[in-house]
Amino acid sequence: MGKKSKKIKGFGLQVLPFSEVRGLSIPERVKKILKLVLGNKVVILNGRLRAEEEARLIEDTMALIDHIKGFRGIELAVIEPNLKDEGFLVKMKYEFAKTLIGESNVITVIGPATVIKEIKRDPRKVELLFG
Amino acid sequence: MLRIIKAFSKRILRSLFGRRDAIKIGFYGPPNAGKTSLANRICKDWTGEEIGVVSKIPHETRKVQFKEKVDIKYKGKNLTFKVIDTPGIATRIDYEDFLKFGLSKKDSKKRAKEATQGIIESIKWLDDMDAVIIVLDATENPYSQVNITIIGNLVARKIPILVVANKIDLKKANVKKFESTFPEYDVVGISAKDGLNMDEFYESLYDLSKRT
Repeated sequence: MGKKSKKIKGFGLQVLPFSEVRGLSIPERVKKILKLVLGNKVVILNGRLRAEEEARLIEDTMALIDHIKGFRGIELAVIEPNLKDEGFLVKMKYEFAKTLIGESNVITVIGPATVIKEIKRDPRKVELLFG
Repeated sequence: MLRIIKAFSKRILRSLFGRRDAIKIGFYGPPNAGKTSLANRICKDWTGEEIGVVSKIPHETRKVQFKEKVDIKYKGKNLTFKVIDTPGIATRIDYEDFLKFGLSKKDSKKRAKEATQGIIESIKWLDDMDAVIIVLDATENPYSQVNITIIGNLVARKIPILVVANKIDLKKANVKKFESTFPEYDVVGISAKDGLNMDEFYESLYDLSKRT
């Protein structure tokens, strides 16, 4: 990472299972995500980053903007099911699943700012607009 | 993680072995929410001097700026703060955004570069705060990932928070939306520019100081 004059062309989607980043340290995890983003991938991470990982992601992103031509930063969104209006049983099922397998219903989408114009926070309909 | 543990232990030691002179209070939030306007309002009210320059162009504050000692005497209560105004936090910086405000390409690029460094500085300063006022634009959607990230980091560091929904002088302002988005925090709607609802703000600031 950190090469000058890297240009951004086209884009792709990359699903990143949480198991692939689980064993990594915060800097390694952030590095892996940013490497994909710089390769013009919109990363769909199964799970969510911790608050300090998000902060590190922003810090490293800012450092990269200064060094990589055409890179303007990232767009980041956490999409989670809206359980507000759901009944007790659905909420209980969700909590049970969370306990067993982690926050599998939560998706984190991270992409290059120049690619993603908007990410709608609707778990049933993720709409990506590409510019 | 190490940073968080360090900050947390510092806070525990402080509470065990005595109080600091001034409560370090940080102003955090996205760009153009009015952090400097509010910091200016407070500093002007109690010291007669402003802390920084405000502008309609985003990322006007690109370096952390301070007012070392701000003594607030409000309804018989005395408080001493060190006011720390921070650059707005964002996940993207595009120099072309500044061209729209009439800046030259050279100045826009310079501003963008300084803005990225300012964001890194803001994040680094999180560990040094005793309490934080999160300043948000009351006319915007409160649920943005940057807001959630800032709050998440403060909660992880056990730093007390006050949420300020600024710009209530504007028609589009919707403080209720902020109250329902952040039900677990004290939310105050103000206009830093016009000085609206500052009494409630100072009351909440006093409550915030008690939680440090």
